[in-house]
Formats: sequence, structure tokens, C-alpha cells
Amino acid sequence: MRRWHQLSEVAIEALIRLCGFSATIFVLGIFVFVCREAWPLWHNDAFHLSEFLFSIQWYPTSAVSKHYGVLAMIAGTFSVTLLAMTMAVPLGLGAAIYLGEFCPSRPREILKVLVEMLAAIPSVVWGFAGLTITSRLIVRYTSADVGVNLLNGALLLALMSLPIIVSLAEDALRAVPDEYREAALALGATRWQLTWRVLLPAARHGLVAAVLLGFGRAIGETMAVLMATGHAIHLPTSVFDPVRTLTANIAAELGEAPAKSTHYQVLFLTGVLLFLVTFAVNLTAGLIIRRERRP
Amino acid sequence: MEQVAIPRRKCFVLLVLVGLTACGHRNGPRAQTLRVRGSDTMLILAQAWAEAYGQMNRRVAVEVSGGGSGQGIAALLEGAIDIANCSRNLKPEEADAAQANTGKVPQEVIVGYDALAVFVHRDNPLEEISIAQLAEIYRVGGRLSRWSDLGVRIPAGRNRIVVVNRQSSSGTYEFFREHVLANRDFALGSLDMNGSKEVVDLIASTPGAIGYSGMAFATPVVKMLRVRRKSGDPAFAPTLANVLAHHYPISRSLLIYTLAEPRAMVGEYIHWLQSPTGQQIVADSGYVPVCSGKDLAPPCGAGTN
Repeated sequence: MRRWHQLSEVAIEALIRLCGFSATIFVLGIFVFVCREAWPLWHNDAFHLSEFLFSIQWYPTSAVSKHYGVLAMIAGTFSVTLLAMTMAVPLGLGAAIYLGEFCPSRPREILKVLVEMLAAIPSVVWGFAGLTITSRLIVRYTSADVGVNLLNGALLLALMSLPIIVSLAEDALRAVPDEYREAALALGATRWQLTWRVLLPAARHGLVAAVLLGFGRAIGETMAVLMATGHAIHLPTSVFDPVRTLTANIAAELGEAPAKSTHYQVLFLTGVLLFLVTFAVNLTAGLIIRRERRP
Repeated sequence: MEQVAIPRRKCFVLLVLVGLTACGHRNGPRAQTLRVRGSDTMLILAQAWAEAYGQMNRRVAVEVSGGGSGQGIAALLEGAIDIANCSRNLKPEEADAAQANTGKVPQEVIVGYDALAVFVHRDNPLEEISIAQLAEIYRVGGRLSRWSDLGVRIPAGRNRIVVVNRQSSSGTYEFFREHVLANRDFALGSLDMNGSKEVVDLIASTPGAIGYSGMAFATPVVKMLRVRRKSGDPAFAPTLANVLAHHYPISRSLLIYTLAEPRAMVGEYIHWLQSPTGQQIVADSGYVPVCSGKDLAPPCGAGTN
């Protein structure tokens, strides 16, 4: 009987260790797979890395001359994500400050559940709302030529990344020790001064990490931007211009690209590019959080 | 000894469960599944066919999905589906790839005809357009970018032509490029929609938009333009009669492809598609039915069934 217990102890420990490692194994596995599919491009004369990164000419199925430049999509991805962040960050931090510092505890619990429910809405539903509601409002109330555009996509991404920013920022604010609050109030600070001068600086690492993780969420989003941004290859010059993002381009074209063709490999290289960007963003956020935990 | 007894009981429960699921499979609703994928233009037609066939033949379930002609062909070459719907002709390199991948030759069947309709917003005063004008709107370096260039004024002061296009896996996209742009490239910056219905929906909500799709996707909230072959010619609306009389300049065949010697079930299905019942469904879906032969034929199934 004791032996049986020892055995099960060992087995369960191994199982748990496997679970712990599995996330790492999957991430590495996916990265290796994506790189392997894109790898033959190095020996492909029809492909030039400089054209890939610095040209907007995206003609993967042209009957005359094929070009594989994703600059317009890089610009599209970053413009829609940054515009989304300019909306989501003030709103998200404001909501976090209210929830963490000003809100009485009972409404706070209800509000937190509601904010987290935003995260539970599937992205295709967001996309549908963008296609049928916000885009029509944009056409009606602005001078925009077309409603599915940069602003429309950014609006959806802002709402989608809001729950991440609010929950993480609120955690960061609540992690500030109460001694700070008590000391500030004892010195005669108003609640505004307390928030602005004491809490925000004390929680800044956590807040930056919250924003970066929200950014990572927004940059990787696919379905909603595919439906809501117009999917046009165009360097945006105004918030009313339609754009195409890297993720949406992969989603729209990977199914048709014949396996092992240059088009297929270039789409995988686009995946590598996205992977590196999100990896850098998440790694930065992770490092910042770690620095905060170890003062 | 207790520890041994529990697993034995679990084993019994497991066996019962396995038995139950096996029973469930044996009594499944359909014996065979026929997989169809491809052209978005033909999606409504393929779904109508599948539904009617499923009611008639209880043994076969027809699964239909869209994605574009290119996706259908790609799936057929991998052997993932039985029938590829296609609104353009198979390319030589695709036929070669089929032979290399599966060792079989793709076979083509014409199942109907379609007119490629050109749509604008219903408030747009434009009524007619020529193939050359369409090319100048859509091609790279094209000269038409404002509605005033075409001599019309759009309500609400919007003058830029919002060019609505299809994603590159679409057979309609390739057909348009071949027959309207003479294989030149599309200008970048068009809004590339994933399906014909999205094209029509976007045009309905965008005053300055122009776009194209199969004739069956017309709705009352968008306006179909009459199209002329070249300036000076009369312009024709995309109707059944104009397609059959070869008047409408951008009409095409709706095709299905299978790999050579398909399963008996697939052959039966294709035969049924060409029957008067199948062709009546083509007409009911808003396309032009076909009798036989490569060229546009007089209507056969339509209205007589």
C-alpha cells in the first residue's frame, strides 16, 4: 500500500511537470513549424527580403508579375493597433483607477464582472458589430468615403483590449501597499493628489505591463479586423482610410495558397514577423512585471 | 485489496460507454458524406442543391462550404473533397498539380451560366458603364478615380470612387481580371471582400462604392448597371435572356471539377445536377441553367419541370 502511494506520487509529479513544460513545448513547436515552412524562401530567386519589408506591392497571384511586399500591411497593423491604444489606454487606466481607488466595494464587484465579460465576447461577434453597426454610423456622421476603415477597426480593438488593461492595471494599483495611501493622506494629500502623485508612480511598472499586454492582444487580433477594416492594401494617411493588417492577410489568403508555393511561404514568413513582434512585446511586459515584483 | 477493486469497476463503466458510442455510430443518420467546396459565387446554388438532394436521397449527406474557387481547387488537389465548385476555368498548372499529387486527371462539368453583375449604391445616378471604363476604374494606373470623371454626382458630396473587389482566391476576381482588365493587375487600395454577399452589403451602405459579383447576389438595396462591350454599343442588363443571347458582355460558365473516375455516389450526384430538377434549382437560385455542350444553350430545365 505504501509502495502504491509512492508510485502514484511520482506519477502525478511527472504529470504536473509535463503540464508545466507543455506550454513551452507548444510555443517552441509552433515557432519551429512556422519557420520551417518559410525557410525555403532563402533559396528562392523570386523572393527578396528587401521587397518583402519595404515595398507595398502585394501581387501574390498576378498574371503578369508577382510581388510580395507587406509594407502596407505592417503600416496597417501598427496604425490600427496604435490608434486602438490611444483610445483604450486612457479609458482602461481611468476605469482601473476608479475601480481600484474610488468605487465602493459592492458596485466594484459587479463592474469587474461586466468588464471581464467584454473579454468573453468572440472576436467574430465584434467584427460583425463593426461591419453592421459602427461602420454605418461612421458613414452617416462623418465625411468618410467608406465605413470599414482604420477608425472602425481601432474602435473594436480598443474595446477588445480594454478588459486586459483594466484587470491588470487594477491589480497593479491594488498591489501598492496601504502604507503609501495612509502616509499620503496623513500628509494632507487630496485623493486626486494621492492617485496622481503616489499611486500611479508606485504602480507604474504594472501599468506599463498592462498596456503592453493589451497591445499584444490588439496586434494579434484577426477576425474582427478582417471584417471591420476594409482589407485594402493602402498606406493610411487619415483615420478614415481602409487598411489591411498582417493577421487578416494571412487569414484571408492562406487557404488558397497552394502548399509549398512562394505565396504560401511568404504568408508563413509574415507569421514569423508577427510572432517576433508579439514575442518582443510580451517579453518586455514580462520583464517589467518581474522587475516590479522584486523591488 | 480495495485499490484493485475500484479500477475494475471503472473498467466496466468504460466498457459500457464504449459500447454505447459504438451503437450511436452504427445508427448514424447518413451512410455516406459527399464533400463540396469552392466558389463563393456558387455557394447559394450548391447549398440549394445539397438540401434538395438530401431530401430526395436519405443515404447521402452533401457537405458544402465556400472560400473561393481557388480554395476549392486547392482542396481537390489534396484529395480533401469530392467536388470543387469553380467560377473560372482550371489553370494548366493546377491540372498538372492534380496529376502530380493524386495521379488523376481533373474532369470538368458545366452546370450553369452566370452574368458578372456590376453594382453601385442605389442613390448613384449612373445607369450604364462600358468594359473600358470598368478597366480604368480597377486596373493599376487606371485613369478613373472620381465619380465626376464619369459625369455623375454622388449625393452627400462624396466624389471618390470606392473600389470594392474580391479576395484573390475568388474565381470571380480572376475572371474579372482576365476578361475586364485583360490580365493586367488590379490597382492596390481596393476593398477586398471575402464573399459576394459582403460585396453587395458594403455597396449598400457606402454611397460612393462600385463592385461586382454573380448576378444571383443582386438585392433591392443596390443598383445593377447595364454594361456595354465598347463605347457606341448598346448597354445590356445582366438578365437571363441577355446571357442566353450572348448580349451581356461579361458572362461565364459555372463549373464543377472532380478527379477522374469519382466514386459512384459522386457520379450520381453530378448526373442529378444536370437533370431538369437540378437545373430548375440553378434557375431558382438566380443563375442561367444549361442543357449540354460547351456553348450557351437554350434554356431546358427552366420552367418546364
